[in-house]
This record gives sequence, structure tokens and C-alpha cells, in this order.
Amino acid sequence: MTTILSAPPARPGAPPHARRRRRREIHGWAYATPSALLVGVFFVVPVLLVVRMSLSDWGLFAGDRGWNAPENFTDAVDDRLFWPAVGFTVKYTLVTTVILLGLALGLALVVQESNRWTGFLRTSILVPSALGLASASLLFYALYSPQSGLFGEVSFLGTPTRALWSTVALIVWRFAGFYMVLLLVGLQAIPGEVYEAARLDGANRLQTFRHVTLPLIRPSLALCTILCVTGSMLAFDQFYILTKGGPDNSTITVVQLIYNAAFAGRNNLGLAAALSIILLGALLVLNLAQFRWLRSKED
Amino acid sequence: MALFRRTPYYVLTGGLAVIFLFPLVWAATASVSPHAGTAQTHGWGLANYVTLANYQAGVGRYLLNSVIVSGLTVLVTLLASVLGGYAFATYRFPGRNVLFLLILAILMVPYATLLIPLYVLLNQLGLQNSLAGLALVLSMFQLPFATFLMRISFEAVPAELREAALIDGCGSVRALWHVLLPAVKPGLITVGLFAFLAAWNDFITPLVLISDSGKLPLPLAVANMRQQVMGIVDYGATEAGVVVLALPCVLLFLALQRYYVRGFMSGALKG
Repeated sequence: MTTILSAPPARPGAPPHARRRRRREIHGWAYATPSALLVGVFFVVPVLLVVRMSLSDWGLFAGDRGWNAPENFTDAVDDRLFWPAVGFTVKYTLVTTVILLGLALGLALVVQESNRWTGFLRTSILVPSALGLASASLLFYALYSPQSGLFGEVSFLGTPTRALWSTVALIVWRFAGFYMVLLLVGLQAIPGEVYEAARLDGANRLQTFRHVTLPLIRPSLALCTILCVTGSMLAFDQFYILTKGGPDNSTITVVQLIYNAAFAGRNNLGLAAALSIILLGALLVLNLAQFRWLRSKED
Repeated sequence: MALFRRTPYYVLTGGLAVIFLFPLVWAATASVSPHAGTAQTHGWGLANYVTLANYQAGVGRYLLNSVIVSGLTVLVTLLASVLGGYAFATYRFPGRNVLFLLILAILMVPYATLLIPLYVLLNQLGLQNSLAGLALVLSMFQLPFATFLMRISFEAVPAELREAALIDGCGSVRALWHVLLPAVKPGLITVGLFAFLAAWNDFITPLVLISDSGKLPLPLAVANMRQQVMGIVDYGATEAGVVVLALPCVLLFLALQRYYVRGFMSGALKG
């Protein structure tokens, strides 16, 4: 009888530990409120809004002019520059990722011992990564100019191929140190005994690298690959500053296309939103595929 | 003898260091050396910096805009990530995991995808063309890294430390402020440094959100400056602009390199 009576815990008579738990929950929420507000207002709402905008005829100044789906998406894909931009972005991503990660791995191997000289080398290679991408692009813009007089009258940005490689050089300079440090973390986590064992087994340097080092830094390499692919797919600053998409629209990236659709003359936010959704989808699929692929390799 | 044998090694690796340092040294010297087509045509001097200082609203204005945006971003990021990291590390509350995943999800969505709706949203909130609005958006972009780092920093503090403070009669706020904050100082410096560098250097966010030319941060002002004088680019002024942009970043990096490297090590180890 008494058990039935005491079953529903009336507020004032609640056991002290339940009340304490409730207070702790309120405290937790109170501390999390600033983050929740930032995420809610500036992330969740915009994500919902971009979906709605992609389905609407939405002008930069005119605002929402009603339903316009799936025209925004068909217009986006039918755009004369859509497939060239996708093609260029993918090409740029492949070139950048292969060169940058290859070089970063080489640099990490060179500086993996810890002494004063390698400390100096690490700092020198890492300094450019403190610069903003825009600042670095402006620096190379001046460096590549004929007026700088450094390379004579060589045109660095005049043809599509030269523009691509000149930009890749800038990106390698700016990011090599960053990926070097990420790979260094992986390298230094390998215990010395493993190398000792390989040496005792008579493995030479190349064999040790291929069969010991490479498999053991796979997680770090995977992280670098995902970061580098994602970053390159979203390339914007470097091309906006160095080439403005030229010559002949040959270096327009997908993000540049979005920017142009929204702000550079076309003023079509609905179209830009549709392109944004396509980009988001492609990136999600790509990252999912990379995770899958790296997982299957680990097993 | 050993040194002699290692000479090729030092030459090669030294060459690497030179390649990476060269563009920075070049920009610094080119900005003060004489070049035709710049303000500094004869002898060495600071004429390029004078051009920069007198560009439109003046470099002082753009510098101030950048300082305000970066300062606000660092403050908001630290405030949100310290409180949030503390909440995630020490409290259980309904929605805790959903909120944490939501914060990490920011990493999955491209800047460009968010900036299109943010342009519309900030207009509706009355934050269009405002440095405060820009700083809030930049803080949101910092949140995944900052919250993650502060959470693992608080989790690494022994629970006894907090309990001892609570038994001594501290409220949870005072325990956080007087006892836990000093214990996570390295994390605070790393988060602050990353937030500053990101805000100081961001380009596409102000490009989309700020159209009032008096409110541009420095990177945009320097980039715009190139198109001014009748289509002829003043490379001298651009070089001077790059030096002004890069100097605080390089100095902060050299002073706080340990914290900088720690930042991505924590990401690499846990990621």
C-alpha cells in the first residue's frame, strides 16, 4: 500500500538525488547555451534556409518570388560553365592532393629526427601556413608579375595550364608544412622497436618504408587525404585573387561559380543555393566513399 | 669528418628552408626597394607604405576593422567553447550528444553553402554590413575545433580538482573560473590563436557579407586596391599590404609555435 502511494514522485517530496540531477542538467544546459545559440542561429537556420532558397526563385535584391523547383537545379546543371568548372575543380583536386601529400610525406621523413637543425627546418617550412590563403595569393600575385623582375618576362598566369601549375605551386608552398606536421605526428607514434625489428630481419631502407612506415601512418595519411581533397574541392581565394577564373574561364572552380551566380552580375540566389546543395551533396558522398575505402583497407 | 660527410645533407635541407622562406623575405625587401611602376622608384624607402596608408579610407581604417573582427571572434569563440567544453566534459544533460554532433557537423558543410543563406539571414537580423555579424559567423566556423579542443582539455583535468573546489564552497562558476581555467590554459591559447588567424585572414566570408567599402577588413581592401589606378596594378602597394597582413601572423606563430602545433596534433590524434 505504501509503495503505491509513494510511486508518483510529487515535486516537493522528490528524493534529493533526483532534484540534484535535475539541477545539474539545468547547469549543463546553461553552460551550453552560447554554443547552442551560435549553432542554432548561424548554422541550423542557414542550412534549412539554403534548402528553401534552392527551391525558390530568389533574387539578390528582390528576395523570395515563389516556387522555382526543379528549375534552379536544371538551370545549374545546364549552365555553360557548370561541367567545365566541375572538371577543372576535380583536376585541380587530384593534382594538388598527389603533389602536396607526396611532398609533405618526404618533408616529414627528412625532419622526423629531433635536433636543432631539423627544428629550424620545421619552423621554416611551417611559417607559410601562418599566412592567410588570401595573403599568400596576393604575395604570389606580385611575385609572378613581370614587374617583379624575378623571372623576367615569363607569363605565369597567361595560359590555362600555366595558371593551374602556378596556383598549385602557391598552394604547395602555403600548405606543405601543415600536412608535414600532421604526418609527423603519425611518424613519431611508431615505436623505435618496430624499426629495430625490421633492421634485424635484414630489411633495407626502402623495404622498411614500404612495409613498416607506410602501413603504420595510414591513419594520418587518411586524415590528410580527406582534409586535402575537401579543401581543394572548395578552392576559391587563390583563383579569385590570382586568375579571377581566367584565362578564358579556364580556372573557374565550383565555389567561384556559386559566387558568380549570387553576386557577380547574375544576382540569382536561388541558382546559387541550388549549386550549393549540389556541392554539399557531392562532398558528403565523396567523404563517405573515402571513409568506406579507408575502413575496408584497415580490415 | 662526420660533419664533412653530412655536408650534402645540410646543403639540400638548407636549400629547402631557403625555398620556403624566400617568398616572405622577397615580399619584405621588394616592398621597400626601388621598382619602376611603384611609388618607390629611386632608392630604398617606405613610399609604398605611404601609398597603402592613403588608399581610400586609409589603411588605418581597414586595419582597425580587421582588429575589431579578429578581437570579437576570439572573444566569442573563447566564451562559447570554454562554457560549452565545460558543459560537455562535466555534465550530462538531455540533448548533449545531439548538440555536440551538430557542432561537429559544421565541418561537413562548405563555407559557400552557408554564406548564401547567411547573406539573407543577416539582412533580416539587421546585421548586414556589420563587423559584429561577421565576427559571429566567423566564431560559428571556429566552433567545431574550439569546442572539441576545450572538451578534451577539461576532460584531461582530474575530477578531484573540481570536486575539491566544490567542497571548499566554490559554486560551479567559481570553480570553473578560479580552478579549472588555469588548468586548461594551453588549450585556451591554442583556441585563441586559431580563432585569431582564421578571422584575420578570412577572405570569402567578408567578401560575401560586407559590401560597405568602409567596413572591409584588410585582406579584401588590399585585394581590391589592385584594380584601382586605371587598371594598372601597383605591385609595390600590394607587397606593402602583404607585409602588413603577414607580419602579425608570422610574429604570433613564432611566439606561440608550440601551441600552434599542439592544435593540430590533438586533432590528428583524436581524429
